[in-house]
Amino acid sequence: MNAMDTVEVKEGVDQETVDAVKELSGAYKYGWETEIEMEYAPKGVNQDIVRLISSKNKEPEWMTEWRMSAFERWEKIEEPTWAMVDYPEIDFQDIYYYARPKSMEEKPKSLDDVDPKLLATYAKLGIPLKEQAILAGVEGAEDIPAEGRKVAVDAVFDSVSVGTTFQKELEKAGVIFCSISEAIEKHPELVKKYLGTVVPPSDNFYATLNSAVFSDGSFVYVPPGVRCPMELSTYFRINAENTGQFERTLIIADKGSYVSYLEGCTAPKRDTAQLHAAVVEIIIEEDAEVKYSTVQNWYPGDENGVGGIYNFVTKRADCRGDRSKVMWTQVETGSAVTWKYPSCILRGNDSQGEFYSIAIANNMQQADTGTKMVHLGKNTKSRIVSKGISAGKAQNTYRGLVSMHPKAKDSRNYTQCDSLLIGDKCGAHTVPYIEVKNNSSRVEHEATTSKVDDDQLFYCRSRGMDEEEAVALVVNGFCKEVLQALPMEFAMEAQALVAISLEGSVG
Amino acid sequence: MVLAQLKADITAARLADVTLPQGAAWANDARAQALARVRQMGLPTKRDEYWKYTDPASLTVADAPQAALFDAGQTPLFADIDRLRIVFVDGVFDAEASDDLALEGVEIERLSDAMSKDIHWVKDTYGVLEARGQDPVHRPLAALNTAMATDGVVIRATAKVAKPISLVYLHNDVASDAVLHNVVKVDAGAEVTLLENGPAAARFSKSLEVDVADGGAFHHVRTQGRDHERRAVTHCFARIGAQSTFKSFTLTFNGVLTRNECVLDIVGDEATAHVAGACVGDGKDFHHDDTVFITHDAVNCESRQVFKKVLRNGATGVFQGKILVKAGAQKTDGYQISQSLLLDEDSQFLAKPELEIYADDVACSHGSTSGAIDEDALFYLRSRGVPVIEATNLLTLSFLAEALDEIADDALAEALRDRLEGWLSRHS
Repeated sequence: MNAMDTVEVKEGVDQETVDAVKELSGAYKYGWETEIEMEYAPKGVNQDIVRLISSKNKEPEWMTEWRMSAFERWEKIEEPTWAMVDYPEIDFQDIYYYARPKSMEEKPKSLDDVDPKLLATYAKLGIPLKEQAILAGVEGAEDIPAEGRKVAVDAVFDSVSVGTTFQKELEKAGVIFCSISEAIEKHPELVKKYLGTVVPPSDNFYATLNSAVFSDGSFVYVPPGVRCPMELSTYFRINAENTGQFERTLIIADKGSYVSYLEGCTAPKRDTAQLHAAVVEIIIEEDAEVKYSTVQNWYPGDENGVGGIYNFVTKRADCRGDRSKVMWTQVETGSAVTWKYPSCILRGNDSQGEFYSIAIANNMQQADTGTKMVHLGKNTKSRIVSKGISAGKAQNTYRGLVSMHPKAKDSRNYTQCDSLLIGDKCGAHTVPYIEVKNNSSRVEHEATTSKVDDDQLFYCRSRGMDEEEAVALVVNGFCKEVLQALPMEFAMEAQALVAISLEGSVG
Repeated sequence: MVLAQLKADITAARLADVTLPQGAAWANDARAQALARVRQMGLPTKRDEYWKYTDPASLTVADAPQAALFDAGQTPLFADIDRLRIVFVDGVFDAEASDDLALEGVEIERLSDAMSKDIHWVKDTYGVLEARGQDPVHRPLAALNTAMATDGVVIRATAKVAKPISLVYLHNDVASDAVLHNVVKVDAGAEVTLLENGPAAARFSKSLEVDVADGGAFHHVRTQGRDHERRAVTHCFARIGAQSTFKSFTLTFNGVLTRNECVLDIVGDEATAHVAGACVGDGKDFHHDDTVFITHDAVNCESRQVFKKVLRNGATGVFQGKILVKAGAQKTDGYQISQSLLLDEDSQFLAKPELEIYADDVACSHGSTSGAIDEDALFYLRSRGVPVIEATNLLTLSFLAEALDEIADDALAEALRDRLEGWLSRHS
């Protein structure tokens, strides 16, 4: 039984919203498991395992050394406890750090060589690994006119990338899109130059662990002046039991380039929790722009909090060049515990960072998520819009940092974070950090529903709407605006979310 | 582990030569328990999350840094207000300078007298509210105050008190290190106003525990400042009963370091709690920190936090505010605003306005802004012939007005507004 069935909802909360949240938290659709022969490294993590992972990926010596120094560091640091999440202690020695389908022992030369079972798995998830005009991760995609839109997919299954589509076509445009293991092999100069420069191996406990044991992930390089001809996406699937997934994504947008990147993730239902500790690094040079969108739908555990994925992820974008731009959009509906703060380092002058987030936590889910906007360059701008929804016995925390350094003159930040509670057993929390070190910058943080745009409100009222209707319309419209920031490929998921209104929400 | 060792070292060094004041058995117990709390928690360091923006080092060292005396040559604050004056010089009660403590509707005693009586009402409050306030965030400096406090007053209001009780803290010794602890109990239906002002000491640790019974009202207006080099850490712990009112306002000028913590626990339904503050800081050696923690544990209550800071010449302002709404505290109305006006490029505003909510039928909001003076408004005033300094002062005052409006008593608000205008004209 769903914990929300019996909840009394306070006045002012839209029934449609309640239904939409209920629907999202209903039966987890991706909870099935693929039976496939797997190859594991022994359980636990130590220097030998790190070397083993490195050798499985046929890495050069410098990469192995890089991993080893991260591992050495990881052994000395402690797990962070500051987040408002509560979970049983993780036994890091009781996890498989490397698991790959047996059929992947020799890397398939082309998609045709990939094990049909794996292809079937992705097809079932709605991600056919075929090179055709497809929309990734969308049910009923056939109803949407595709108009020849293409999405290149890198599919990561447990510890390895099983295939990347449209590589040839992307190559023609000069775009490199491949698994990170392939990039280390074929483009070591790029990897060496950029890996760990945004999230250094010493960054935090999980990022350090990831640096030591990451098994695969995606690599993107968009050369100067190139607008990536199609959307790129990675689809992460955890399948094997007791494994941790540690993938690493590195995206480099060179001068004046543009790329939109999508990420999806699912896992089978199991009654033991599984760890997912990824690192995403994005480097954005002068005049370049990156859009990174995530629909995170890891298995959230059952209504009693049994099982589920611990999603401890470090994502950061470095706007190095002037006028560079990054946009994070995330819809967080899955995971038992989420610990995730996609951040923007606005180093270049006139660079821009945006963060749009909808986090829905239900049953026993716990989410501690937000962003960091670090303004270093002059005239930098950032915008944060975060909507948190808690239901059942869930705890949902927005945690964010806005930092204006002394040299970041004339910068702007606008932050809005709203939370909605459905039922009286859940919690919604806001922990913003605001650090302003110069006076020509303006920082505004607000978290309230009454602060909708007065002009819009006035317009609605002058057309005969009452106050409440007007507020509902404006707020709802605003929420849709966030959802529209999602690429087409997530349109279906987004549609379900559009029914969510934030009437009756608290700051 | 390194941090734990660091805390242990700092704590051991601070407590090495500490002897606790002696009194009745229950009082000695209360002090000993407080000292045990200090040892258990350890004193704060810059690496503690709660001290992220303020370095407590000068508050925790055994020997207080000195502070030069400073004579502003002003008439004392609240001089025109009919009040009962209680004077402390460098943290020691001065009977001669003080008024007679007898006043209708209120019992006032020196802390040391109360603490040496075998039976006294203060037993149920002294250190009790402070100990409650240690969860969920540790406040070891408050526990240290409870253990060490050498002087202070205990005030029990039994009816509506006719005039304010005014605590005046004078500073005469460049090396004074004062630890004061005041306790206020407001009986059901009673009402009292407490005024506090003065630089107090080179280093000043002060606690105020306030227990407001059902239907009671407590008003608190305080100014801190004058001596530029002084350091102060103050705590206010309040337990707020049903249908009662708690209002506190603080105006801060000067001071190299000020940390004001206010911990309010709303335990009765339909209660109101307002905390507000305005501060004006000038210079790199000005650091001001308002830390507020309001817990709603009752139905239909209202709380407001309004904090405004004007900072110039490299001054630093900190605001850490929190509203915690416990499960079941329905119909809570919580409001929090923190704003800073940075008058030049070097000043800093660091804020952490937090909400933690476990009840669904509540209206809680918070806002925080920071920026320079509005160019358009400044231009408007200048185009009307107002000189730039005056225009800036005018806009600064209007910025601070929202916080000053939180003072219920007009005469008191006017006294503070005058003082503020004077400060601005001297510092522009």
